Amino acid sequence: MNEILPFLKDLLSLPGLSGYESPVAMRIEEAWSSLADEVRRTRLGSVHAWRFGIAPAPRPRALIAAHMDAIGLMVTQIVEGFLRVTAIGGVDPRILPGQPVIVHGRESLPGVVVMPKAALLPPEIKDEIVPIEHLWVDLGLPATEVEQKVQVGDIVSFATAPMELSGETIAGHSLDNRASVAALTVCLQALRSRTLNWDVILAATVQEEVTMAGARTSAFVEQPTLAIAVDVTFAKGPGANDWQTFELGKGIVLAWGPNIHPAIHRRLKETAEQMEIPYKVEYTPRHSGTDAYAMQTVAEGIPTAVVSIPLRYMHTPVEVVALKDIERAGRLLAEFLCRLDKAFVEALNWS
Amino acid sequence: MIPDALLSLLERLCNVVAVSGDEGEVRQIVLEEVRPHADEVRIDALGNVLAIRRARNGDGLRVMLAAHMDEVGFMLVAEEGDGLYRFETVGSVDERYLVGKPVWVGKDHLPGVIGARPIHLTTPEERSRKLSLESLRIDLGPGRKVELGSWATFATPFRRLGSAVLAKALDNRLGVATVIELFRNAPPQLELQAVFTVQEEIGLRGASVAAYALQPHLGIAVDCTPAHDLPAPEGRENTVYNTRLGAGPAIYRADGATLSDPRLVRFLEEVARRHNIPYQIRQPGGGGTDAGAIQRARAGIPVVSVSVPGRYPHSPATLALLEDWENTLRLLTQALKEFTVEVLEEKRS
Repeated sequence: MNEILPFLKDLLSLPGLSGYESPVAMRIEEAWSSLADEVRRTRLGSVHAWRFGIAPAPRPRALIAAHMDAIGLMVTQIVEGFLRVTAIGGVDPRILPGQPVIVHGRESLPGVVVMPKAALLPPEIKDEIVPIEHLWVDLGLPATEVEQKVQVGDIVSFATAPMELSGETIAGHSLDNRASVAALTVCLQALRSRTLNWDVILAATVQEEVTMAGARTSAFVEQPTLAIAVDVTFAKGPGANDWQTFELGKGIVLAWGPNIHPAIHRRLKETAEQMEIPYKVEYTPRHSGTDAYAMQTVAEGIPTAVVSIPLRYMHTPVEVVALKDIERAGRLLAEFLCRLDKAFVEALNWS
Repeated sequence: MIPDALLSLLERLCNVVAVSGDEGEVRQIVLEEVRPHADEVRIDALGNVLAIRRARNGDGLRVMLAAHMDEVGFMLVAEEGDGLYRFETVGSVDERYLVGKPVWVGKDHLPGVIGARPIHLTTPEERSRKLSLESLRIDLGPGRKVELGSWATFATPFRRLGSAVLAKALDNRLGVATVIELFRNAPPQLELQAVFTVQEEIGLRGASVAAYALQPHLGIAVDCTPAHDLPAPEGRENTVYNTRLGAGPAIYRADGATLSDPRLVRFLEEVARRHNIPYQIRQPGGGGTDAGAIQRARAGIPVVSVSVPGRYPHSPATLALLEDWENTLRLLTQALKEFTVEVLEEKRS
C-alpha cells in the first residue's frame, strides 16, 4: 500500500523551486529510468518518461503531466547580514514567521524567516500581519560571512521535514505537486507488466507555479493526441469546507469545465467506476489552475483533462495528502492508458 | 568552546515536549544529570527539582541558581472528530507564529500540523488580517484520537547553524543546561542550590515555592532573553534591541518583575571585567524571570538574572550563538568560585 512513501518522502526533502527544479528532477529521472523505456529532459528541464506502444506507427500519443516545481522565496536584499525576500509562486505571508528555510547561496545555508517586533516596523503595521517585504531571513551567521555566501536572487526553499500523520496521510511542503509526481510513478509501476497501444509520455514539468512554461513546451515537444494534467485540489479541512473542497482520502477528483475534453472526462469516469475507484467531479468554470490550461492551446490545440488529488492547507509547508488517493490516481491513469486504442482517437472528434 | 557532550545535552533538552504544567520530560533529564553530583535531590509538590550540593568549607553562603524547565506551547481543549483538535496557547505565544507549522502532541510526540485556508481561496484583504486562534486546529490526521488536555509544542528539531543553534524552547533549555553544568562543577566554599522550576511561563509559580523552601542568601535566575537586534526600518537606529547576539551574557538591572540587587550586579560586572568576559546590560524594560518570585520569598532575597541572548523566543525557532552561551557559563562559573558573604555585606548602592 505505502510502497510509494519512501520515494515521496525523498521528493518532499529535495528543493526544486520553479525555475530551479534540478535537485528534484534528478531524483525523478533516477526513479523513472528503471520504469520506462526511455527518459529524456526537455530544453526547459522537464523530465519525460516514455513507454512505447505496439500500434502501427505513426502511433497516437498520450501525455500525462504533473508539475514538480515548488513555491518558495527569493533573496531581494541583504542588510547587516539579514535577508529580505520575495515570493516565488503564491505564498500567503501569514505562514512565514518562524518558518525554517534553506537559502541556496554558494552553499546551502539553513535559516529561519523572522518577524520583527512592532517597534522595528513601520508604524502602520502594529501587531497585524507583517507583509513579506518587512520580514527577514536570519542565517545566524556574521554579516561578513553572509555577504560572501549569499547574493540577491538566490533562491530560498522551505525546510519543513515531511511527517507521517494518522490515517496513512503525509504532511510536508511541496506535496503540491510532488504528490502527483508520486502518482505518475505509481502509474509507471503499474504499467511495467502491461502492453500499451499508444505511446505514453509521463512528464514531470517545470515552472507551473509561475509561468506554466514547462507543460506548454512539453506538449509542444511531444505533440500528443491527448494530454492529462495531474495536480492537487482543495481537500476539506479547517478553513475550507465549501463546494470547491473534497474529502481527504475518500477518492480522486476529475475536473469539468472549458479546459476539459468531454470524451477524456467521460472515459476517466467510466474507468474509475469499473475499477471501483471513488471519484468526485470538480467544477472549474474558467481556468482550471493546472497545466491543462497551458497544454490545451499548444500548437493546433490538444484535447486535455485534469485528474486531481485532494490536499489540505495548499501552499503552506504543512500540506496534507492521503497516500490512498495518490495510489488511486496512479492506478486510474495506468488503466486509462492501457485502454487507449484506435477507436479512442475517433472518440476525440467533436461531432 | 562548548563541549560536545554539553551541546548534545542541550539538543536533548530542546527536542522534548515540556509545556508549563507538563515538565516531566525535562525533569527526567535533569534528575539523571544532577543526581551523581548532588548531596540531596528532591522534587517538591509542584514538580520543581531541588538539587543541593553542600559547602565543603567556607562561610556558609547559600546560593540559589534557578532555571525554568517549562516552555510555551499549547493544550488540546476540544475534539472535532477525525483527528482535528481545538487548542489554547500556554504562556505567551504570538498567534501569528502558529499558521503553517508542524507540532508534537503529548507524551508520544505525535506529529500534527496547524494548517490554513489555501491562499487560492482567500482575498488580499483576508491575507492582511491575523488568523485567530479560534479558527485554527491541530490536525493529527484522520482517525487519530488523543486525550483532551494533552500538551503540544512546535515541532522544530534542534539544529546547528554554523556557530549558532536553532531550536524551539531555547528559552529556557539554555538555562537548564547551564545550571546543570554549573552544578556539576560546584565550588567548595558555598552551598549550591540548583533549582529547576516549573510554570515560569505562566507567572513564575515554581520559583516562589522553591525559594521559600530553600531559603538561599541570594538567588540568580538563569534564562534566555530576547535579542531584538534586527535592522531598524529606513536606516533608523534600533533603540529597542533589548540585548544583542554576540555581546555576551545579559545582566539584568530591571525588568517587569524585578529590580536586581545592585551589589550582585556590581559583583558580576567586576568578575566579568577581571576575566575579560564580554557581557551586556539588558535594556531595562518589561518581561520577567524567576528572580522576581525568588526576590519576594519569605523576608526577601537579593537576586539578579543572567540570560543568554536569543532571537525570537516563544516562536517555532529561537536562535542563539554558542559564544554567548559559553561566555554566560564562564561568567557564572567564575562568579560562583569567587562568591563570599562579603558580597552581601557591602552597601546596596
